[in-house]
Amino acid sequence: MNIDQSILTNLTRTSLSQPKLSVKNVNLYYGSFQALRNISLEIPQNAITAIIGPSGCGKSTFLRLFNRMNDLIPNVRVEGAVELDAVSIYDEDVDVVEIRRRVGMVFQKPNPFPISVFDNVAYGPIRHGIIKRNELPHIVERSLRQAALWDEVKDKLHQSGLSLSGGQQQRLCIARALAVEPEVILMDEPCSALDPIATLKIEDLMRNLASDYTIIIVTHNMQQAARVSDMAAFLMMEEDRAGVLVEYGPTSKIFTNPHDKRTEDYITGRFG
Amino acid sequence: MSAIPSHSHTQHLVTQRIAFVLLGLCTLVVVLPVLLIFVYLLINGAGAINWDFLTKAPSMGGKAGGIFPAIVGTFYLMIGTIIFALPVGLLAAIYLTEYAKQTRLVRIINLAIINLAGVPSIVYGLFGLGFFVLTLRFGMSLLSASLTLACQALAMMIAASREALLTVPREYREASLALGSTKLQTIRHVVLPQATPGIITGAVLAMSRAAGETAPILTVGAAFFLPILPHSPFDQFMALAYHLYTVAAHVPGVPKAMVWGVALVLLVFVLAFDLGAIVIRAKARARRHG
Repeated sequence: MNIDQSILTNLTRTSLSQPKLSVKNVNLYYGSFQALRNISLEIPQNAITAIIGPSGCGKSTFLRLFNRMNDLIPNVRVEGAVELDAVSIYDEDVDVVEIRRRVGMVFQKPNPFPISVFDNVAYGPIRHGIIKRNELPHIVERSLRQAALWDEVKDKLHQSGLSLSGGQQQRLCIARALAVEPEVILMDEPCSALDPIATLKIEDLMRNLASDYTIIIVTHNMQQAARVSDMAAFLMMEEDRAGVLVEYGPTSKIFTNPHDKRTEDYITGRFG
Repeated sequence: MSAIPSHSHTQHLVTQRIAFVLLGLCTLVVVLPVLLIFVYLLINGAGAINWDFLTKAPSMGGKAGGIFPAIVGTFYLMIGTIIFALPVGLLAAIYLTEYAKQTRLVRIINLAIINLAGVPSIVYGLFGLGFFVLTLRFGMSLLSASLTLACQALAMMIAASREALLTVPREYREASLALGSTKLQTIRHVVLPQATPGIITGAVLAMSRAAGETAPILTVGAAFFLPILPHSPFDQFMALAYHLYTVAAHVPGVPKAMVWGVALVLLVFVLAFDLGAIVIRAKARARRHG
């Protein structure tokens, strides 16, 4: 299959370069509750890394480490280091806004703004100071094309983003994220609210984007993780409900020959 | 195939009907007073209303003539109130909902705001007299009255704005922040547009309440009888609510129809504002969902 091929080429390419993101001994606390325990891993550039694991094991929390969205929750505390291109993103002098511009995010529930399709995509670039009005149409078209949505919406750019179907809305959100030209795209169960056909479209799109972007996806869907990802990280919670990284490696290995008994049990559907 | 209605099934239906009728009756009880007041005013006051009544100044201490200065005074008062209450109330609400950490101090402030709404209106009047009229030397004036009513309206303005801000879904804020927008940009371009209909509603309700207030303006600038229009914010003025009070209770020999007429004008005035708010809100909603 050509997907396997692309995994191989991707892996050979990525293994040579330094990791795009690395997580070093991270502990995360909500108040006194520990949500993540001692997690370390390295995310390769221009590849898709899937984060899998049972509900409540901290997958979304883990994902939100990379764009510091956890900062929005009061009383959250992060120990250890998260590095983007070998630069720590949790240091005090780091500009969070800049991090979030470089690390985009697509949410579980499609959340286009209640404004036009065009304005949705233009939102990020305008906030970042693209004020030349004649540049915007190009940025919007390019982003919508990248998100494989252009042909479906080119005649309704001035309709509300909410008038699109669920799958289209999610691709609109992807286009909106792409418009600010991020380097990394975080996806938090991007297909869980979509039907199977819309899901396949998003998966195709992800494979296409993976040549230019580093993608991290949280998913509940084992088949999806197996289909789209190059690397897979399996998270689980321990008795005190803190999430730990059980196993991390190439997706083909995790799914065919897992190291850990717990990974095998989860993947074969024995729990979770 | 239809199920055969069992005994208990019919009983459920009967209970359901009774419940519906009861709930409907309660709704009627809520609506009825409003309708009765309006109809009663219409029957008794409509006769007094004509072009002269609406456009002429009162004469003979209010026993004759029109109520034009009171209409204008009330209008100015509402505008003056909202000019002060809207920005301060909205900005305070934004600070309290979006920025302030939920510390003990903030909880106390919230409690104070709720209590602000419970302070008797005559106390505001006294405060206005002491602070705006005497201490700040604004005198008995439209300005003092507007500021006094604005203080009273603040509680409502903050509460309505907070409510409106809190109803903006977290997803929108997160989407905006995740795109690398600053918090201020997110508030300005995502949260506020979403909250605008609610904020406008709050503002108009605060204004129509200001129109109806009598006690607080009594002490800070409303005139008993002043058949000319205010020329500056430092002038005294007439107001519909206060005028109604004087013609109803203090001026002997005012034709009854005229008293009802003043009340009718005041009510229509307030209802027109509320209607305006509903239209603005509906338009804003349609635009955001269209």
